[in-house]
Amino acid sequence: MIKVEHLTKRYAGFTAVNDLSFEVEKGEIVGFLGPNGAGKSTTMRMLSTYMPATSGTASVAGFDVFSQSKEARRHLGYMPENVPLYTDMRVDEYLRYRASIKEITGSRQRERVGDVKELCHLREVESRIIGTLSKGYRQRVGLADALLHAPDLLILDEPTIGLDPNQIRQVRDLIRTLSKHHTILLSTHILPEVEMTCSRVIIINRGQIEAADTPENLIHSMRAAGEIRLQIKTASAEEAVALLGTLPGVKEVSAAVEEEGWSLLTLRIDSKADPAESIWEAARDRKWAVRELSCRRATLEDVFVEMTLGDEEA
Amino acid sequence: MSKFFTLLAREVKSYFYSPIAYVVLCFFLILTGLCFYSGVAFLSRGATEVTVVEAFFNSVPFWIGFILIFPPITMRVFAEEFKMGTMETLMTAPVGDWQVVLSKFGGALIFYIVLWLPTLLYFVIFQEVARTAAATSLGAYWGSYLELLMVGALFISVGCFASVLTQNQIVAAVISLCVITFFFLGGLISYFTPNISAAFRLAVNYGSVLEHMGEFSKGLIDSRRFVFYGSGTLLMLFLTQRVFQYRRWKS
Ligand SMILES: Nc1ncnc2c1ncn2[C@@H]1O[C@H](COP(=O)(O)OP(=O)(O)O)[C@@H](O)[C@H]1O
Ligand SMILES: [Mg+2]
Repeated sequence: MIKVEHLTKRYAGFTAVNDLSFEVEKGEIVGFLGPNGAGKSTTMRMLSTYMPATSGTASVAGFDVFSQSKEARRHLGYMPENVPLYTDMRVDEYLRYRASIKEITGSRQRERVGDVKELCHLREVESRIIGTLSKGYRQRVGLADALLHAPDLLILDEPTIGLDPNQIRQVRDLIRTLSKHHTILLSTHILPEVEMTCSRVIIINRGQIEAADTPENLIHSMRAAGEIRLQIKTASAEEAVALLGTLPGVKEVSAAVEEEGWSLLTLRIDSKADPAESIWEAARDRKWAVRELSCRRATLEDVFVEMTLGDEEA
Repeated sequence: MSKFFTLLAREVKSYFYSPIAYVVLCFFLILTGLCFYSGVAFLSRGATEVTVVEAFFNSVPFWIGFILIFPPITMRVFAEEFKMGTMETLMTAPVGDWQVVLSKFGGALIFYIVLWLPTLLYFVIFQEVARTAAATSLGAYWGSYLELLMVGALFISVGCFASVLTQNQIVAAVISLCVITFFFLGGLISYFTPNISAAFRLAVNYGSVLEHMGEFSKGLIDSRRFVFYGSGTLLMLFLTQRVFQYRRWKS
């Protein structure tokens, strides 16, 4: 559905998107994940035909976004970041206007406008002026507009930004409903969102792809790269820290003193190793009293932080 | 084609959704009312050879006010959409650059024409009340309004061009006001410098809005003027379309 090859975008000397290549198959929901300024919106603007790439090619539904841009536009629905709308129009009027310029006229227009209003729960505000609507409703108007021409592909740039938790859940449910009939590429920097909605994740940072896989695989490859919490009672916490630090697979140990002689040790561990067993043995040999030994499962958030912050912090 | 009319309708409607339109409309009615009044007052002082149409369209306050209406009409057409981000939704629908440029130009021109409609009434009332002809002939009406339409088209295309250059409406207004004022004053050079050569005077008068209005309001319709305003407008629209494309390529 989307095919991107060596896509690059330079703004006046600054490279926002650098040699990006990826594909999205029909029926997928792909999450485009990255910190602010990673180049998500820039990529989506190029895919939506709004602006051409500096170099490289991209096609949507088999149509090149540059040389066959009108045809590509007929097959994609795009909701830009912050959902720009004509705030002086009424919801119904706006949707009918958008339908007309998307070449949907006559009885089909009535039908489609009615359908998207139903789907996005806009019936109760259809005659309100858009400028007076809450952020949540505006988001839904933007989504309704993107859906008007029943496009094969939806490109949604930060669809839940600025919404309250309830509205986020509603939009998320809506996206999940839409995924039955549309291929979706959505960008976000909110991680649980991707974990919950997407079948595949592309993590980008500084205009480049850091990882692309299913959320499960990404987490799996990172599974061990989490933390181990260990609460022990010992005479010398320093000694314990030094000893645990020498165990294979342990990268870093930090200690905090809890009440009544208990110490809380936090161990950062390597991606491949699982040192839980050797930690347990060490505790037994030294006769430490153990109150807690737990592994925290890595989340997509850990993957994200490791990928995008890696070179500065690790 | 129906897409173009949809875009055009949206442009025209958007004028009447914004307070600026009503401010311009009020300003314009007051301006033309005063100009008409002073024209009639001038005539009633004694017998002269000018008609009320000539007196109306050739007074200095009229032209100053006239120049001022273009920036508020055109400043928002592109700048606002770039600023609001609605350009992104607009240009990812299957519409062409030219469709958008022409609909914005056309929308502004229609609003401009609407501004002028009430003034026709002035002359009708004048004739009813004063029982004298308001103009030398029907041609003088045609001439005056034709000139207004052509000057309007040119200045609106200049305003559209200014608006596509920036996303700041105030900047767009200042640019278009400067360009239009320079152009207008350029045509007055021959009034201030009586000693210039005949050829230069001819060249200046070829582009002098005031000079043209002098002729047209007497009913002297000169086809060279159509070429002048027509080509000027087309050039500005062409430049507008180019910059419009370029801005998305570069941004
Ligand atoms: N029109 C522009 N001109 C210059 N730089 C831009 C422009 N738009 C975005 N950028 C820069 O490109 C980088 C990527 O931006 P963007 O694609 O909006 O990131 P994201 O959507 O991932 O937060 C940012 O550093 C941003 O400052
Ligand atoms: Mg963004």
